[in-house]
Amino acid sequence: MSALTLYDKLWDSHLVHQEADGTALIYIDRHLVHEVTSPQAYEGLKLAGRKPWRVDSVVATADHNTPTKDWDKGIRDPVSRLQVETLDANIREFGAKAYFPFLDRQQGIVHVIGPEQGATLPGMTLVCGDSHTSTHGALGCLAFGIGTSEVEHVLATQCMMMKKAKSMRIVVDGQLGRGISAKDIILAIIGKIGTAGGTGYAIEYAGSAVSALSMEGRMTLCNMSIEAGARAGMVAVDEKTIEYVRGRPLAPEGAMWDKAVAYWRTLASDPGASFDKVVTLNGSEIRPQVTWGTSPQMVTTIDGKVPDPAKETDPVMREWMERALRYMDLKPDTPITEIRLDKIFIGACTNSRIEDLRVAAQVVEGKRVAPSIKLAMVVPGSGLVKRQAEKEGLDKIFTAAGFEWRQPGCSMCLGMNDDQLSPGERCASTSNRNFEGRQGPGGRTHLVSPAMAAAAAIAGHFVDVRTFS
Amino acid sequence: MEKFVRREGLVAPMDRANVDTDAIIPKQYLKSIKRTGFGPNLFDAWRYLDHGEPGMDHSKRRVNPDFVLNQPRYRGATILLARENFGCGSSREHAPWALLQYGFQAVIAPSFADIFYNNSLKNGLLLIRLDAKIVDQLFRETLASEGYRLAVDLESQTVATPGGQSFRFDIDSFAKHCLLNGLDEIGLTLEHADKIKAFEAKHRERQPWLFS
Repeated sequence: MSALTLYDKLWDSHLVHQEADGTALIYIDRHLVHEVTSPQAYEGLKLAGRKPWRVDSVVATADHNTPTKDWDKGIRDPVSRLQVETLDANIREFGAKAYFPFLDRQQGIVHVIGPEQGATLPGMTLVCGDSHTSTHGALGCLAFGIGTSEVEHVLATQCMMMKKAKSMRIVVDGQLGRGISAKDIILAIIGKIGTAGGTGYAIEYAGSAVSALSMEGRMTLCNMSIEAGARAGMVAVDEKTIEYVRGRPLAPEGAMWDKAVAYWRTLASDPGASFDKVVTLNGSEIRPQVTWGTSPQMVTTIDGKVPDPAKETDPVMREWMERALRYMDLKPDTPITEIRLDKIFIGACTNSRIEDLRVAAQVVEGKRVAPSIKLAMVVPGSGLVKRQAEKEGLDKIFTAAGFEWRQPGCSMCLGMNDDQLSPGERCASTSNRNFEGRQGPGGRTHLVSPAMAAAAAIAGHFVDVRTFS
Repeated sequence: MEKFVRREGLVAPMDRANVDTDAIIPKQYLKSIKRTGFGPNLFDAWRYLDHGEPGMDHSKRRVNPDFVLNQPRYRGATILLARENFGCGSSREHAPWALLQYGFQAVIAPSFADIFYNNSLKNGLLLIRLDAKIVDQLFRETLASEGYRLAVDLESQTVATPGGQSFRFDIDSFAKHCLLNGLDEIGLTLEHADKIKAFEAKHRERQPWLFS
């Protein structure tokens, strides 16, 4: 028997049927649902007179449209409110294993909820109508984003019709420097391979720097796999994974737990397994990353400069860079540390978990947000994260420093709710995309780690978190 | 979905690489609970000079005369010519919906993002990968002659130019079969319902904790 990769094992254990050209039916264990990509899917089900194949695979929440303050006033935008109410109605009609609606104490961003509720378990195939579903691969799952038609397909058949991707292993060895986090690793990876570097691949992250990451760190890493073009990203199961899952609300217990753990311990690539592509990075050389442009691959280090498009030889790339600099209102060769900010956003499915908040709180404790900053906000990823943070007094540290402490939700990651940048505003954000208009029309996004966003809040401009005090 | 066998149409050039799905259809339009109505908001932020929100009368908005699709010579285009990594970013299926509802039937580019590729084919929007050098040539030809048209033949997997050249493209045979016959994917999968049930029973024995 040949050596199998983790991806092989996850794929093989869910293969229902395969056509001659490789198109396969893959069984789906967990279907996470949110309000934006499900309405048309449920409507399609109704119109065709079909019912969900397996209701108990569905775990749902509302996160993209929900406000992060004034919850007593509800959702003001009627179009947003309708979309959220449509999900309420669909879950009422069709059912779910668990539903965390707007205002629920455990509501939050779908990719924060999944792992924390034990809805995400190692060895699962997991889908959601959202590209950052790759996040769940951190627990040793095959997890990927799907479109609305695929949401309907999974509801109706419990399967995905898809082809197996090629396999890529990204090995990050070496010890991360002080102040360097999983967010810096993944931004460095995307800077190296580009936003299409992983297209057609499922990525497995390995190496000593990856195993040294906590589970939340691994989630940050896997979250941005799609920004490198890879639909799925994953990390092998180890003892950290098992300890993370133990005792979570939807996790198995007793004899089932023991059985599950025995299987989960096999979820790693076999020694000698071969990958279609291998990329390596030296973890100890990674410095704090800051994006300067309108794509996650337009990234440099804190001690770097905004590049000069004139030095780019490929005309299409050069025009892309020039366009980005015009949009971002940045001049070539500007040191990153000279970029001043208007707003700070610490949140999003990439970085809104308790460890992210602890790191940010440590940076800002006893300090004040710079007077030039119009708004600095911290949006915990879920009600559970929020309450844990409050138990630890992190909320008081943030508010004392001048941050707004908000209710959970996707918030300013993508501006589908009230939290948006105004045209021309520049934001240090712990989210995952810096496309034109992503955080609001004309908004300028710089992606960074929570520590770097926190330090920028205090300084009013980007600073090196490694030497910041 | 409608069958896609042979289509012929006016070409519009989008000479930018890495066109992302936020640009193709901005997020405010994702609040819709319908599958239709996205045509007026394709490339919304580039197409109009003013900001748009759902519910507006988009025919009253200020059009950007410099945006390629607003130029009279490209009015009625059904084939979009694009550069690398078209459709990168989010999984929003609203992106192919907007392209189709605007009137595009096919997109030709050197490469596409994965999720966008699958979403498009499932909706009958044919995505054609051609070598970057060929795409370069098509850009030159499109810009050189007003009214430039291409003919796409899915059966033979070819794109034919007015000058008589023919370029072959690859496509998975199963995806091709579904497009040629306008097949509903869910109906096709449910033909395997027995296999799915059989798999489920075995899966439940092997990993019972997934079914509690």
